[in-house]
Amino acid sequence: MVSREPSKNFLIMDKKEKDRKLIIKPSYGWAALNLRDLWLYRELIFFMTWRDLKVRYKQTLLGASWAILQPFLTMVVFSIFFGNLAKVPSDGVPYPIFSYTALIPWTLFSKALQDASRSLVANSHMITKIYFPRMILPLSSVMAGVVDFLIAFIVLLGMMVFYNIFPTVNVWVLPIFLLLALVTAVGIGLWLSALNVLFRDINYVLPFLTQFWMYLTPIAYPSSMVPSKWQAIYALNPMTGVVEGFRWALLGTGQPPGIMTLISSIVAVVLLVSGMFYFRRMERLFADMV
Amino acid sequence: MGQIAIKVNHLGKKYAIGSSINAYRTLRETISERFSIRKQQPQTSEVFPEYIWALKDVSFEVKKGEVLGIIGRNGAGKSTLLKVLSHVTEPTEGLVEIHGRVGSLLEVGTGFHPELTGRENIYLNGAILGMKKNDIENKFDGIVSFAEIEKFIDTPVKRYSSGMYLRLAFAVAAHLEPEILVVDEVLAVGDAEFQRKCLGKMSDVAKQGRTVLFVSHNMSAILRLTEETLVIDKGNLLLRAPTAEAVDYYLSRGLTQEGQHIWQPDEINQKSHFTPVAIRILDRNGYILETVRSTENFSIEIEYILQKPIKGLRVGIYLITSHGEFVFTSFDTDDTEKFETHAIRKAGLYHSRVNIPANILNGGRYILGINASSYRIKTYFHDERALAFNVDHSGAPGTQWPESRLGPIRPALEWEIKKIKNVDK
Repeated sequence: MVSREPSKNFLIMDKKEKDRKLIIKPSYGWAALNLRDLWLYRELIFFMTWRDLKVRYKQTLLGASWAILQPFLTMVVFSIFFGNLAKVPSDGVPYPIFSYTALIPWTLFSKALQDASRSLVANSHMITKIYFPRMILPLSSVMAGVVDFLIAFIVLLGMMVFYNIFPTVNVWVLPIFLLLALVTAVGIGLWLSALNVLFRDINYVLPFLTQFWMYLTPIAYPSSMVPSKWQAIYALNPMTGVVEGFRWALLGTGQPPGIMTLISSIVAVVLLVSGMFYFRRMERLFADMV
Repeated sequence: MGQIAIKVNHLGKKYAIGSSINAYRTLRETISERFSIRKQQPQTSEVFPEYIWALKDVSFEVKKGEVLGIIGRNGAGKSTLLKVLSHVTEPTEGLVEIHGRVGSLLEVGTGFHPELTGRENIYLNGAILGMKKNDIENKFDGIVSFAEIEKFIDTPVKRYSSGMYLRLAFAVAAHLEPEILVVDEVLAVGDAEFQRKCLGKMSDVAKQGRTVLFVSHNMSAILRLTEETLVIDKGNLLLRAPTAEAVDYYLSRGLTQEGQHIWQPDEINQKSHFTPVAIRILDRNGYILETVRSTENFSIEIEYILQKPIKGLRVGIYLITSHGEFVFTSFDTDDTEKFETHAIRKAGLYHSRVNIPANILNGGRYILGINASSYRIKTYFHDERALAFNVDHSGAPGTQWPESRLGPIRPALEWEIKKIKNVDK
């Protein structure tokens, strides 16, 4: 009886996918996004995310506490140098919590950027041997960062208790800003991962890029320090919108989401859509070039 | 039945040699390349990378339920063809039509992560190969028992023996149950038991009416498993024929230059320090010949040039039957004393010659392969089909009976026949 089972399965599958026909031919120029394929392989996104998480902290001494230590230690350094020595204003809340609130979405973003841009090259053995929607690789690298984010977020809650700060009633918008950070990270990640296959320069550019980007984002300082005539340009950085949104929703500082958040969101969506199209365009070269 | 599973139409795949060898380009190169194209239009040959057609104008059809073999030398384009069919890389020209889900096994264990346990890798690998979580759960026990790793299912695979690792990887892919299974040279790895199991599983798949494309250098596996076979050489489809005929064609094509094979420049990697010149069969008097007598000794001579001194070099032969089974392997520095005296071989033109004693080989057709390598360091040259030759067994022991003897060897052995005692009736 046992030996009959496979053929039974086969028949079921055959019925379901009987009419499936695939045409493989050279393609030129811009390609369709083919999101249907991505949807068919949605479980793989989950498995790859899970793999990244499982593997990341194996054979590390401190394990998942690195997810906390990275933003936390940066916060300590910032508090000493920017908060205490340089006396950078912090919108009336204690500097440590002011910077940590910004650092956790930032760490999510910069880590996602780093992992996503390397994802294709790091998994080149898979790309050259098996077909699957390549977009899964940068996507799942970004998703793996969300778990770290959640762990770091628990520490933030602890700090809020310590400083006796209660989240504002606007805390429900937080997931929206998280989404904005993810959209930005995926957008940039798609661009950089595809470029990295062709030009390994990206590996060298990336540390500088993240560093400059961090200074362009109001993490160590409040965005109110930026002169108002520059504010619109400043908001072109989607992470500005994210960080401001986090502070506004949790600490009640800064301005409620408005025109600046809108600009940030538009830029993020443009990055995502253009990144997806660019990625799809370059995708056909990956197996031969990586 | 009778329906088309795969239709390949004038398929071509071009690779740029420059960029594929240099693996990746830097921004500066691209920018300067762009720049120089604009500046010096006429001298395009300098600027444009050289191309190689890994596949050219290949057309064939595979019906549902057919088991098709693909054979050809290393670099003939077999793997490129499978890569295009499994949707990994895009063709440069032509069209492929595929009806049904393709499961490809281009390399055993792709996507395995050494840090994860066997259980975790089954799920991960299954998902990479396109299985749904429910599918994997249903087949989980089958996979584990096929791989025989019940005890180690929760051990990280980096602690597995290579045999366990291979069995597990093959088990996942074999339980994929696609309508079209594409398999590239899985049998090149693993021990005999593993190979037997893989072949068994693949013929099961074929019996269930699924289409199988099977690439292998193992001619007996190809003969056992497939009905028809494609012969590919230098990117061209040379022949499609019933497997026995195709194997025969492949093994004898372009090989018999009257007992000698002289390598052409395009067959050799010019960058290697080892350049093969010729391999030849010589009789006792030093004459090159194609058919040797099994009752006489003969020698095999390899002529080669070392462009640079090579340390620990060994040059040797494989003797292979026309069914693709290895008879033996032997290297010129197998003898430890020789290995020490030739620890470093200086640049120059060389002969390595070996005497094959009389009364060893059975009659039939044999293939000579050649290998030049430094153990565990580098393979400088490898060709498993360098030369074919015939052995005539007339006069060999046992030829008073005009039957064919099984087995590739026919040694002259001393038998003793002795009567121990009378048996009373």
